[in-house]
Amino acid sequence: MKHISIRIFALLSILLLSTDIYCQSSGGSSNYLIWSLVAVGFIILIGAIISLSDNLLNVEASKQGLDTSDGDYGVFPSISNLFVGKVPTFASKKTYHKLSKGFTINLLGEATDVDHQRSVQRFAISPKDFIEMSPIPKVEVEVGQEVKAGDVIFFDKKRPEIKYVSPVSGEVIEINRAEKRSIDTIVILADKDNAYTQHEVPSINESSREDLVTYLAASGGWTMINQRPFDIVPALDGVPTNVFISTFDSAPLAPNYEAIAAENKLAIQNAINTLNRLTEGKVYLGLDAKADDAANSVFNSFENAEIHWFDGKHPYGNVGVQIHHIAPIANGTNVWTLSVNDLITLGHLMTSGEYRTERHVVLAGAGMKSNAIVKTYQGAHIGDLTKGLIKENSRVISGNVLTGKQVTEDNFLRFRDNQITAITEGDSYELFGWLLPLAPRPSLSRTFPSFLMPNFQFEGETNMHGEGRAFVVTGQYESVLPMDIYPQHLMKAIMAGDFERMEGLGINELSEEDLALCEFVCTSKQPLQSILREGLEMMREQL
Amino acid sequence: MALVDFIKRFEPDKKNKYAHTTYDAFFTFLFTPNTVTKGGVHMRDGMDLKRTMIHVVLAMQLCYLFGTYNIGHQHFVAAGEHLGFLEGFHLKLAHGLIQLLPIFIVTHLVGLGIEFIFAAKKGHAVEEGFLVSGALIPLIMPPDIPLWILGVSVAFAVIIGKEAFGGTGMNIWNIALLARVFVFFAYPTTIAGDEVWVSGFESLAPGAAASYGWAHDIFNGLFGWMDLATFNSAATVVDGYSGATPLGLAYNGGWSAVTEQFSVAQMFWGTIPGSIGETSKPLVIIGALILLATGIASWRIMLSMLIGAVTMSIILNAWGATPFMEVPWMYQFYMGSFFFAMAFMATDPVTASSTNTGKWIYGFLIGFIGMIVRVLNPAYPEGWMLAILFLNTFAPLIDHYVLESNIKKRLARA
Repeated sequence: MKHISIRIFALLSILLLSTDIYCQSSGGSSNYLIWSLVAVGFIILIGAIISLSDNLLNVEASKQGLDTSDGDYGVFPSISNLFVGKVPTFASKKTYHKLSKGFTINLLGEATDVDHQRSVQRFAISPKDFIEMSPIPKVEVEVGQEVKAGDVIFFDKKRPEIKYVSPVSGEVIEINRAEKRSIDTIVILADKDNAYTQHEVPSINESSREDLVTYLAASGGWTMINQRPFDIVPALDGVPTNVFISTFDSAPLAPNYEAIAAENKLAIQNAINTLNRLTEGKVYLGLDAKADDAANSVFNSFENAEIHWFDGKHPYGNVGVQIHHIAPIANGTNVWTLSVNDLITLGHLMTSGEYRTERHVVLAGAGMKSNAIVKTYQGAHIGDLTKGLIKENSRVISGNVLTGKQVTEDNFLRFRDNQITAITEGDSYELFGWLLPLAPRPSLSRTFPSFLMPNFQFEGETNMHGEGRAFVVTGQYESVLPMDIYPQHLMKAIMAGDFERMEGLGINELSEEDLALCEFVCTSKQPLQSILREGLEMMREQL
Repeated sequence: MALVDFIKRFEPDKKNKYAHTTYDAFFTFLFTPNTVTKGGVHMRDGMDLKRTMIHVVLAMQLCYLFGTYNIGHQHFVAAGEHLGFLEGFHLKLAHGLIQLLPIFIVTHLVGLGIEFIFAAKKGHAVEEGFLVSGALIPLIMPPDIPLWILGVSVAFAVIIGKEAFGGTGMNIWNIALLARVFVFFAYPTTIAGDEVWVSGFESLAPGAAASYGWAHDIFNGLFGWMDLATFNSAATVVDGYSGATPLGLAYNGGWSAVTEQFSVAQMFWGTIPGSIGETSKPLVIIGALILLATGIASWRIMLSMLIGAVTMSIILNAWGATPFMEVPWMYQFYMGSFFFAMAFMATDPVTASSTNTGKWIYGFLIGFIGMIVRVLNPAYPEGWMLAILFLNTFAPLIDHYVLESNIKKRLARA
């Protein structure tokens, strides 16, 4: 309690000094000063006594083995508890997280109906979708070879045990190379009916952890797992502190996972059971408390996973944000995250032994003539998916407008994407566009009238709306990132290459998708996601 | 768009750096460029630095309007003519314009000129920082400031205060205040005393004659033709006029000395001598509300600065060693430029603390220290300029400790 003694010392010195001032000042009219200082001192004394008894109560409670981290024990009620909102009946106080920060970008072009007519012939798997992958992995197939879904396509020579397998069955028709002979995509012309490689499934509960890991690595299931920090496929000897699954996506026009999860309940339950064997901690599911009929969500029905509810604005569906509020990543440790799709694929490997990659891909955005959901497989061809849909002068994005990648109709969906968004290219000049914009545009700023209409749906376009500048405005990133992190200072630490500070300011808790909204609102138009990736790569090289 | 093509015809060669930077600045002022996002997010917020800055400038337009009027009003009060608010309104505006326009033009010629040259030399676009600084500087200058001093101070502020540190977003001290503090410390003899607050006289000694120039003659011709009152070149400073500001009076004689010369209403509405744009409290507060409503300025800084100033004035009240200390704490806000400093100076995001916790501390200390300087400093009866510059210096330190505590919290997890 050293700092308390310093405080008392400071208080005493103020009191002593004040008598000096009192002597110097003329006349008795300033008795107020002495009395007010005495009053302040008295209040501080009472405060110290109360705070001491509060601490003692906490000490006593923890001696009894009670969890005091919530501040439930003590003289003071914790302030955050006093102002906590109403917790919905399906959640408890500990598992309900209401996040006030964030910003929802309402875009036109939501996909609601399933289009059964569209069929995709070509699928691809690309080593470039994996950050840690060497540029030239060992490709196990040749052009013209027939493969089944689940057959090994390539592996990284640095980690030959982890296999990357075919999403569908069919004929390998192209192996495309990019600069310096690096492998770009391996394209498979799909059969009409998918044939699967059958693996022998180890028992989830009875096999050893090593057996499970070996099985997943050999069957392609391991590639479903994403490791935080760095967003890489984890090393085989890595043991995560916890496993986190966000069951909803709050990004603009993002897909809903309820339908696909309802079709694959058994697989998901098996995947959760398997992950429980692989982690030393728990498996956490993050659920959307704002959804209609949230209590009856499919995800609420699984066992062996701790369910947490999130309410708020985007990015409350980001797994990184959820981790931060459930059990933050400590430096030097890692956690695993899986999307619902990854969970289902992993689950099928643990149920039937088949590598199944069904995806409900949403075709969204105002840059398409109509919007739909298409049932297909991982790595589907963009051109096949969007044939005749894309409007002129539109940008096609694999993923959502915040984190997606610009693609052409010759490209394929990225490994973990199940969304294609199209929005208008904003490549035109606008007279006084910075002062009096013609078209409504989404903005965090209240200088635009759109903040009065929170439900207005924007078409969205890709103009920069300004030029790049140095960091000027402050507090903007913090207002859309519901995490206890200072993004602007972190960015500066990355730019300066200061490792200790990067780590201290929480780079390990972030991934590009978490900062995407900060990048969107940035007045200075800074490329935050690529700066963050630079920093993450620097950190990874240090390992 | 045809207009774009028409203007693009005038685009100078890129090799001519100075011409091209200038062209680019004006072109991007007219048109939002057609650049699209590349890598990273595909959509960008409609907000950019130009829009941010222009809203600050818009928020101070009322101060400009009233400042123009008040320059003229103070002139005629000193001359003992047209004492009513609306009497000789056209003359007051005319005289105000004659004083204010040169100040405005010199500020921008010097400041923007330097900005353009540096932008061309460094090969980046002209940044918008000076839009706000250039609009603020005239408002915080005394109306009778010699133009050469103004020019030198703006040049000092922009070159030493900003460009030396790397341009917009990199400066440590508020540019506008740096210009003002330069005037204050470099030319104390010219700027000191009560004389600078009233313009248009040879000196402020009673009986001194009004000095009108050619611009006044032009307006005289115009007003004479329109059959309105004209500038009376025989006007002299009335007996017993001092030109002192309320703060100057309060320093020597306390609240009673202030109220002998000025009514509370006068001080509130701002028809008192002072720097050009800061005297009218309601109009400054409207500006502050605009900044708060649009979310451009930090409410944390404004609120905590108010709390800090109130706290210190109450403490000073309790102390009560000098007449100025005994001025009741609410009355402190009628005098001086607290609200202007709060709305437009302390909230400058570049020089303020950049963390939210830091902003609370930063604002509070400005209010706290500024009031000490105002009341206890014998040389200069206003504190916000010095307090804000002082806290500008310490803002990075405040942020450092806020960040350290964040880092410590994170390390404690491991």
